[in-house]
Amino acid sequence: MSKLPDGRYVDDAPYDPEISIQTLERADMDASNMVLVWRKFRKHKLALVSGLFLLIAYFLIPFAGFIAPYTPNERHSDHLYAPPQSVNWFHEGKFIGPFVYPITSEADLETFQWVFTADETRPMPLEFFCEGGTYNLAGFIKTNRHLFCAPEGATVFLWGSDRLGRDVFSRVSYGAQLSLTVGLIGITVSFTLGITFGSIAGYFGGRIDWVINRVIEILRSLPELPLWLALSAAVPSNWGPVAVFFIISVILGILDWPGLARAVRAKFLSLREEEYVRAAEMMGASSGRVIRKHLLPNFMSHLIASASLSIPAMILGETALSFLGLGLRAPAVSWGVMLNDAQNLASIEIYPWTAIPMLPIIIVVLAFNFLGDGLRDSLDPYTS
Amino acid sequence: MVILRYALYRFGTMLLTLLVVSALVFMIINLPPGDYLSNQISELRATGQSAGVAKAEFLRTEYALDRPVYQQYLIWIGFIPGPHGFSGLIQGNFGWSFEFDSPVAEIVGDTLWLTVLVNVSAVLFVYLIALPLGVLAAAKSRTWVDYTTAFVGYIGLATPNFLLALIMFYYGHKYFDIPIGGLMDPVFEGEPMSWDKVKSILVHLIVPTFVIGTSGAAGMMQRLRANLLDELGKPYVETAIAKGMRPSRMLVKYPLRMAFNPFVADIGNLLPAMISGSVLVSVVLGLQTIGPTLLTALKTQDLFLSGFVLMFVALLTLIGTMISDVLLVILDPRIQFEGRET
Repeated sequence: MSKLPDGRYVDDAPYDPEISIQTLERADMDASNMVLVWRKFRKHKLALVSGLFLLIAYFLIPFAGFIAPYTPNERHSDHLYAPPQSVNWFHEGKFIGPFVYPITSEADLETFQWVFTADETRPMPLEFFCEGGTYNLAGFIKTNRHLFCAPEGATVFLWGSDRLGRDVFSRVSYGAQLSLTVGLIGITVSFTLGITFGSIAGYFGGRIDWVINRVIEILRSLPELPLWLALSAAVPSNWGPVAVFFIISVILGILDWPGLARAVRAKFLSLREEEYVRAAEMMGASSGRVIRKHLLPNFMSHLIASASLSIPAMILGETALSFLGLGLRAPAVSWGVMLNDAQNLASIEIYPWTAIPMLPIIIVVLAFNFLGDGLRDSLDPYTS
Repeated sequence: MVILRYALYRFGTMLLTLLVVSALVFMIINLPPGDYLSNQISELRATGQSAGVAKAEFLRTEYALDRPVYQQYLIWIGFIPGPHGFSGLIQGNFGWSFEFDSPVAEIVGDTLWLTVLVNVSAVLFVYLIALPLGVLAAAKSRTWVDYTTAFVGYIGLATPNFLLALIMFYYGHKYFDIPIGGLMDPVFEGEPMSWDKVKSILVHLIVPTFVIGTSGAAGMMQRLRANLLDELGKPYVETAIAKGMRPSRMLVKYPLRMAFNPFVADIGNLLPAMISGSVLVSVVLGLQTIGPTLLTALKTQDLFLSGFVLMFVALLTLIGTMISDVLLVILDPRIQFEGRET
């Protein structure tokens, strides 16, 4: 790069007559849709970070038991409502790796609270890859190895313990299993129903379209939560936690599909008139094939974006239901079930750490929102 | 006149929708196996209280619970005569609450008006907050004003309503001395309306309104900003600025009016979400609205009480949506009168 006397810049590299001017642009034009979308998506830093975070979070779900130092329903009867313990590295200016100070509890007979005192003279290093309570890794491998646990005679409550002396950190990581997957199952149900009804209405039109459209309008005009409440109240109380979990996710999905069906229907109405659809029909393709092979792929990407925007609504829905005691029930552990304990003012005032599960909820919901926004903006790579 | 006709048409469709909703509601509340009375009867049998059993059996025939479900539904609505002739919802008889052992109308009573009050004030709050902030965020897009409002908006969207309620509950009381819990001072409960009572209700409304409205306001703000940004890029805006119009005047005079329609139409999406929110928040804050009643009724399978509450909630939503539809037609004459889509 050199500067000419009149202030312009000129490239010093020798001119290569062989170079094709078009190569650079060709590469872009040949790029597949996925590459273009990825290029655009990469520029949304917030969406990228959120996507990565969610990917890691979902990847870690099978290993919740490994990360948690305790099992979710393990009780420590002499450590009720223990405050969060810090993991320290230096003891009296000397480095001895991650360790905790053992805590002992004492009943204060004036306030009727447990008072915890840390013994700051005895640093006890954490153990790694140690043996603890038995759990199932990824659901089927029985093991008792934990990433870290407290040494003999000490406890490690990173985020404190709750009213029964259960470790909040362990419960949050176990709770992620249910709280995060509830959205996935719900969205599957909602997708199946939404795409089926939306495409039938949009493709066939006529009377069936009218009926489906009215159903959509009615369902959309009703407040979701009272209906969720009513439906979950109908779940028999003698069902096991797993069955309740599935039925709750299905309930969340059942009321979510009308919005999706509406979008699908609108797309179908406009795409139905396209020439390639006409051509496929004339070649004798069945309506099912036209819908699946020719129409749906056209806006699958939009559907994915809208899915990532409705998953958080379901996560919040599960939390709300469990919080009210109509969703998942103990011994199942989800973030909503945990917050059920933090329902009264006393816990917020005296034991604020019991409300910690609200942090992962807020973070996950935000991440899904950012990811959805980023996807929506980048899915149409040809608009500037 | 045309508008009147449209309003009538909308009212008609609302009634039809309500009818479908009532069937849906009745189906849902009948889903749980067993009902309140048979649960109670078996409980009384187990403890050997025969007097109670007789009363429960009496109630069962009294409220036609021994008939097939479709007949129960028709009697509940008031289309066919029950044991006492026509006395269903459309005749103004809301039924009997088994759990509280008194008529439904007596239990819900005042809470209906307080529910309407809470929701209306929350809707007003949403519009009052979302309008200025959304316009500001669009006008100053990509500055710190925009980013701050976006950040606050996202937090508002992501925080579950009931958590916000709990947090406000605590900090509002601790630092601002806002009275919390309930919708009025306990001394005014059951008292006739007076100026002091109104004042007390207004002060108690602050926290619930804020909590219920936040997420709605956040969503609406984002949509208003997006709409306004679309309009701001159009040639007529450039023309107006080139002519030498003051930016603030230009903004209010042209693009804002264009971006306003979706703002009004949005109430159809807003209202269901708000009413959902108000049910939840009422439970947490202990407001005397319909929310806590619904929860108890659902948990105890109190058939008529939960049915009535669900119907009322649906009615509230449908009326709100209808008003917004009619308002939209008055605001924008281009909108077709025969429904919103073809």
